[in-house]
Amino acid sequence: MLEALSFPFIQNALIAGLLVSMASGIIGSLIVVNRMVFLAGGIAHTAYGGIGIAVFLGLPIFLGASLFAVAAALIISLITLKHRERMDTFIGLMWAIGMAVGVVLIDLTPGYNADFMSYLFGSILAVSQSDLYFMAGLLAIIIFIMTFWYRDILAVSYDSEYANLRGINVKFFYTLILVLSALTVVVAIKVVGLILVIALLSIPVYIAEKLSNTLYMMMILSALFSSIFTFIGLWVSYEYDIASGASIILISAASLFLFLGFNRFMLKS
Amino acid sequence: MSVIEIKNLSFSYHKQKILENINLTVNEKDFLAIIGPNGGGKSTLLKLILGINSVKNGSIHTFGEVPKKNLSKIGYVPQNTNVNTDFPIKVIEVVLMGHIGTKQPLFGYAKEETMCAMGALTEVGMEEFAHVKIGELSGGQRQRVMIARALCAHPQILILDEPTSSIDLDGQKRIYELLKELNNYITIIVVSHDISVIMQYANTVVHINKKLTYHDMSGEHEKRPNECKHFCEVELFNKFREERSC
Repeated sequence: MLEALSFPFIQNALIAGLLVSMASGIIGSLIVVNRMVFLAGGIAHTAYGGIGIAVFLGLPIFLGASLFAVAAALIISLITLKHRERMDTFIGLMWAIGMAVGVVLIDLTPGYNADFMSYLFGSILAVSQSDLYFMAGLLAIIIFIMTFWYRDILAVSYDSEYANLRGINVKFFYTLILVLSALTVVVAIKVVGLILVIALLSIPVYIAEKLSNTLYMMMILSALFSSIFTFIGLWVSYEYDIASGASIILISAASLFLFLGFNRFMLKS
Repeated sequence: MSVIEIKNLSFSYHKQKILENINLTVNEKDFLAIIGPNGGGKSTLLKLILGINSVKNGSIHTFGEVPKKNLSKIGYVPQNTNVNTDFPIKVIEVVLMGHIGTKQPLFGYAKEETMCAMGALTEVGMEEFAHVKIGELSGGQRQRVMIARALCAHPQILILDEPTSSIDLDGQKRIYELLKELNNYITIIVVSHDISVIMQYANTVVHINKKLTYHDMSGEHEKRPNECKHFCEVELFNKFREERSC
């Protein structure tokens, strides 16, 4: 393993893993406490449409996926603020349409089908220098927003009706959470792929939730667990030559079951 | 002195009349109970007073102005406090939410804010739970935390929407005793089904079912029949429904 660390692509993978784990730990916590996991899954799959458009038009993939995912987040925010009861229907719709657009556009692009799988299941070993800048920039924005608007975001997440009464702009912060989720989903696609992204955003968070009694503690622990799982997953994937995204998720899932079992055992004794 | 003045208020939602020609004056240090059937418009009236819904026909004035201007003078305890109990948040953080966004520091909470929140928790007898996760409290304790959150902004009116609906009898009594104490210096408005408890504490009762029926309760407490010490609830509800019978 040690000699592997000298390869630039492994170094990039490790840095990307760390950056994305921190972003997904923070935003994943918000997604889970706001009960938006399905919504994040919808955005992830809708983002595939953006990947298709970017490939078709020859634009940078991250840019296309980000713009498309943010647009999806804004539409979902608009719909859920107006017709909350129909939210699942609309998310399902966008989920499917986004995927379909992506598949069709990639089919229409001459000579481009090699990377199809890498978006579904991640390609952390193919992270470039510019991808890293994008991830670092996003993480910086997330930390900045969470530092200065923590109490507003906490109030909106815990009790939006009361936050509204206290003069907090609930719609704005709700939309902000969705847009940050969309951008986090896009960078997480690079690491574990859009199919597995829900697991990265929820498994470490679920463990952290059980161990924390404040939201920021939950964010810190989620980021920590997520980083650990990503590193172990990467090592397993390198050692046994298996897909990195899937091994990260399986390591996370195995840890979750261990944690739950241990928790139960501790409660009984 | 009147703190809330409602004149000729009507409200419709999706073309359905919910409130019709409501007139109500709430005076300082009143203990007003609002009763009535589900869907009778109780919650809608609260939302109008709190400025969540806006008035279209008639008028509501709180402290002589439109409701939106005086939100900080009204504390609100919402109906269901048993939602989101998994949420990782400490009691003190919930109470801190009660502060209004005017003199916030750049990030985190100011020392005065935390002290004020601790004061509110002490007032409701929950100070020792300040750093406990909210989900670990019982329904009654959680309700008292929500009252502390409302008290945090030093309101002159406290509005509670069915504060005892999911609390055991003992907890209910403690909540109402607390409200009675608070009533020494603030106006209390309670929406409740809990007729027997209301009988003991409220000085005014209004029954809302689209229209409003007003009952002055002063002197009513003594009139209770001695043999059973309390009114039969069904009888009471019927009594309140009659126009100005009591």
